[in-house]
Amino acid sequence: MDLIESYKEELRLIRKFGTGFWVGLLVIALILLPWVAREYWVYVATLIFIFSIGIQGQNILIGYTGQISFGQAGFLAIGAFTFGHLSHLGVPILLNLFLSGLAAGLFGILVGFPSLRLKGPYLAIVTLGFGIAVYQIFVNAEVLSGGRMGLTVPKLNPLFGLSSSMTYYYFTFLLALLFTLASYNLISSFVGRAFIAIRDNDIAAEAIGVNLTRYKLLSFAISSFYTGVQGGLYALLMGYLEPNMFTFLETITLFVGVIVGGLASVEGSILGAAFVVLVPQIFSNIKALIPVVYGIVIIFILIFEPLGLAGRWLKIRLYFRMWPFR
Amino acid sequence: MIPFLQYCVSGLSTGSLYALVALGIVLIYRSTRILNFAHGDLATAGVFFALMVYGWYSSFGLAYTLALLFGGLLSMGFYFGVLIPAQRRDATLLGQTILTVGLGLIFQGLTAYIWGTEPQPFPSPLSEVKVYRFGKVIIGQLALGAIVIGLLGSFALYLLVQKTRIGLAMRATSENLPAAQTLGIPTRRVLSFSWGLASLFGVLAGLFLAPALLLDPFFMLEPFLKGFAAAVLGGLNSLPGAIVGGLILGVAESLAGGYITVAFKNTLAFLIIILILLIRPEGLLGKEFKERV
Repeated sequence: MDLIESYKEELRLIRKFGTGFWVGLLVIALILLPWVAREYWVYVATLIFIFSIGIQGQNILIGYTGQISFGQAGFLAIGAFTFGHLSHLGVPILLNLFLSGLAAGLFGILVGFPSLRLKGPYLAIVTLGFGIAVYQIFVNAEVLSGGRMGLTVPKLNPLFGLSSSMTYYYFTFLLALLFTLASYNLISSFVGRAFIAIRDNDIAAEAIGVNLTRYKLLSFAISSFYTGVQGGLYALLMGYLEPNMFTFLETITLFVGVIVGGLASVEGSILGAAFVVLVPQIFSNIKALIPVVYGIVIIFILIFEPLGLAGRWLKIRLYFRMWPFR
Repeated sequence: MIPFLQYCVSGLSTGSLYALVALGIVLIYRSTRILNFAHGDLATAGVFFALMVYGWYSSFGLAYTLALLFGGLLSMGFYFGVLIPAQRRDATLLGQTILTVGLGLIFQGLTAYIWGTEPQPFPSPLSEVKVYRFGKVIIGQLALGAIVIGLLGSFALYLLVQKTRIGLAMRATSENLPAAQTLGIPTRRVLSFSWGLASLFGVLAGLFLAPALLLDPFFMLEPFLKGFAAAVLGGLNSLPGAIVGGLILGVAESLAGGYITVAFKNTLAFLIIILILLIRPEGLLGKEFKERV
């Protein structure tokens, strides 16, 4: 639908004036949101920003590189607890977030090593084992998890005279924006193309000179860095941590976000994050039915719209661009 | 020496139940290349169904039979109702695997909604307290029952797959689907039979696990993960591998719990699997097809 004439144009994120206009409008709307919306919705939006970071990371791994992983909860826990412990040592917040992402990323490389030999279901079981191992270690080691009372995390101080919820909103908004830009740039760079080549056919990718070891490990490291940062931000928002926040259900939540949003799509990841945050809020009265909603939506999406919400969004845009023709 | 034997026997008893769960996973994987993530949740629904039937008629035979049928029919319903429409729309293998994740979530939620999340005891004709002595090794009636049912189940499956016409059709379908279709084997019916049979094994394992644990909507998650691990350990497309994997995992776990630490029992089990997979990526007895570009 759009013709790309040069490599420079391919690398540009926003190619048309119209797209730039709408994206600009969206960013301005999000900046103005906390001044008009109720505090509850500001909180929900903050959660969406936080989740969008981790889901983008998982989408890089599952959607773009095609490596199934069920260890998300483990990376979240590592990121969150690193953040919690370092904040007690007085590390500044931004550096702390970076370090918690880094800690998760290092473990990501560790988990990535089996991916060099294992594929599909075999890789799924190894990552699943990792998630469970991390959970058990945190449950059993009180030094790490802060004991029975959980680990308290100092809250973010309100900045520039804003209220506490607004400070959180803008802080997470800026970070989510930063990570979104980073993912778009990563995907359109040679690294992103290597990831996609590995997903489509790893043997062929290796034959044309993609270093499988380097790029698979890189994909694991980047995705767990994102997830670790999400864990850190989550710790900062919640104010306290306990191992039960990072069970297998959390893995499923991130996985559902990736699938519902759309595999291999950055804007899909953000839509998926909105989905996994909004569904529990809407169904907060009947908690038991949340998995049912997840399950039914997954089945419908995979049968009728395999590209997820991002695919639906693409079709809506196409419809309006082609209108009145179809 | 006595504690060692004791650990081995209790490991064999849990291992044989893991083997039953693993058999169900392998049956589906080798015929359709789909990993069934709904296996545990289907089994949980079956066990709750058994509890409900037992509440009405208080007959173990009836409750168990109906629960096994219920599990099998649910799974066949999923195959015809969801998987076949998805395949008609060219769903990828990853997509079909994710469909089973969705199915599992639906069953987990519905089970929690209908029967509640409170843990409740599950009645069993076999008692946990009554024990038998073999020399100096003690074994509970329930654990002995688990070993017997594991052996019987595996043997029945062996007879079914190797000695009957439907078993031959199952083997043919999993070997080469288009060729089996060309030869006039009703592959859809055969595959739906495999799905039903797999769930039946899951429910059977659940019926023997539930009395030892407490019954709640998530009680099968851990046995399912262990069964999954056992299947991977033995090789995902090998039925004997599932049994061997299940028994090894059960014994290793029991020994690790006895000699090292109980707290990290699950972690150690997964560590063993990761190590074995690094040496033999296709599992102990499995043979994966070599890939071509």
